[in-house]
Amino acid sequence: MNSVMVFFRITGGLLGLLVETLYWCKASFSNSEKVFAQLYIIGNQTLPVGALIALFSGGVLALQAGPTLAQFGLEENVGGLVGLSLVKEIGPIMASILIAGRVGSAMTAELASMSVYEEIDALKTMDINPVRYLVMPRFIATVIALPVLVIYMDVIGWFGGAVVSVVNPEVHLSFDVYYRNLAELVDFTAVMNGLIKAMFFGVIISIVSCYVGLKTKGGPREIGSSVTKAVVMSFVLVLVSDYYITRILLFLNLD
Amino acid sequence: MERKIQEQHTNNDLLGTISSAQENGSGRVLLDYLKCAAVGVKIDNIKRSFGDNYVLRGVTLDIEPGETVVILGKSGSGKSVLLRHIIGLECPDSGQICVAGEDINDPDFKKNHVLAMVFQSSALFNSLTVAENVALYLREHKVFTDESRIKEIVSSALDIVGLQGQKDVMPSMISGGMKRRVAAARALVMNPDIVLFDEPTAGLDPMMTRTMGDLICDLKHKVEITQIVVTHDIDLAFYVADRIAILSEGCILEVGTPQQIRGSTNSAVMDFIKPQFE
Repeated sequence: MNSVMVFFRITGGLLGLLVETLYWCKASFSNSEKVFAQLYIIGNQTLPVGALIALFSGGVLALQAGPTLAQFGLEENVGGLVGLSLVKEIGPIMASILIAGRVGSAMTAELASMSVYEEIDALKTMDINPVRYLVMPRFIATVIALPVLVIYMDVIGWFGGAVVSVVNPEVHLSFDVYYRNLAELVDFTAVMNGLIKAMFFGVIISIVSCYVGLKTKGGPREIGSSVTKAVVMSFVLVLVSDYYITRILLFLNLD
Repeated sequence: MERKIQEQHTNNDLLGTISSAQENGSGRVLLDYLKCAAVGVKIDNIKRSFGDNYVLRGVTLDIEPGETVVILGKSGSGKSVLLRHIIGLECPDSGQICVAGEDINDPDFKKNHVLAMVFQSSALFNSLTVAENVALYLREHKVFTDESRIKEIVSSALDIVGLQGQKDVMPSMISGGMKRRVAAARALVMNPDIVLFDEPTAGLDPMMTRTMGDLICDLKHKVEITQIVVTHDIDLAFYVADRIAILSEGCILEVGTPQQIRGSTNSAVMDFIKPQFE
């Protein structure tokens, strides 16, 4: 019973924070400096690692799928397979895991530290809404940055797959064949599919990270456990919601 | 008393208090900005429990406009919880707190009154410089559209607390005492009706303790602002207070002027205020 109550309390808290954050998005233009600052932090923390992860993920997809397809004489389809896998699933999921691990954890740690050291209380006494001042810029920045990061990682992942397809003697494709097949199979709808997912994942990661951070009480030890809790919760919610978002997109013929 | 404070200032180079700032004219900007509309506080039978722990068991206290009241009590007596109720960070289980006759939980209360608090931990924002911390309220509430006016007020406030040279420094680079004074400057620029101090001298050396005490006294005499100070520092309490309220186990034991408290016959009060080492 206690666990059920905790589940409903957390779910209610997350939805409440989401609604309040959406309400405060009306102040996003007057707080654009804070949003850009958060975008800069997210970009700074994720672009180099994102490139590395995407390059090797694209490469390993080509490495695994290429020889198998070549056995059936279908090796020219490697480009499409790598391209579709990246834009629809692997790109959004990898980018989300990267953002949750690097950016979400930092958000939780920062807000948890502010909660523990009375900075959130100080904001309230100054009649500055913590959701407007702290959560809304992080929310908007994450929702914008995650789809952009997905596009960036998709492009680098495609290149990784292309390099492996060209270099691997079992596949031995040319760049031209690889990219022509990729362009045939990866259409605008497929790309949008991944970007829609990424936006939802951005909502989940930013709200979970900020919620857990703001609810932290106690001392430095609780800051650490809050970070772990936020990252695990983000991973689980991203992966579970991925299934349901895919179902909805299939239902709407967008997949 | 005022002359006594000024004499102390001249003996202490660290003190950048209102008197010295006024002498060179730099603190005048903030003093002119502060509206000095002192208001009274009425705390009426406040009760609050956390689970089975009854922290406040019916606290009643009247604070006159412009008065400096020190709430004195040992650790765990409910002092900080009471302060958090007065500033509106906590809601009581029962009872009412009114400032200038208005319930602090009324939706319109914050439109009419500003309460500022100096936290025990200072609660400065580590990502902002000292000056940005002090200017935060003015910028977020767009009190002035003119950025030069904000800089002028911030500069004046930092001058009053003796930290003019530290405005571009990050909070992590300054000492605990300096942080506490930045927090006081941040509270002052809010142009508050009431300033609340939560353990203003906790963890400070004797010199910094004196600096904070002088700052509170100066605010009392020069700005005539209502102040509520929560502390277990008996020396500070007797130095700054117009009246002292002794809080013990969630109840006010006694309220009176420092002289009345010193002459109290209540054994619990006597035990609390007697010298620690004889």
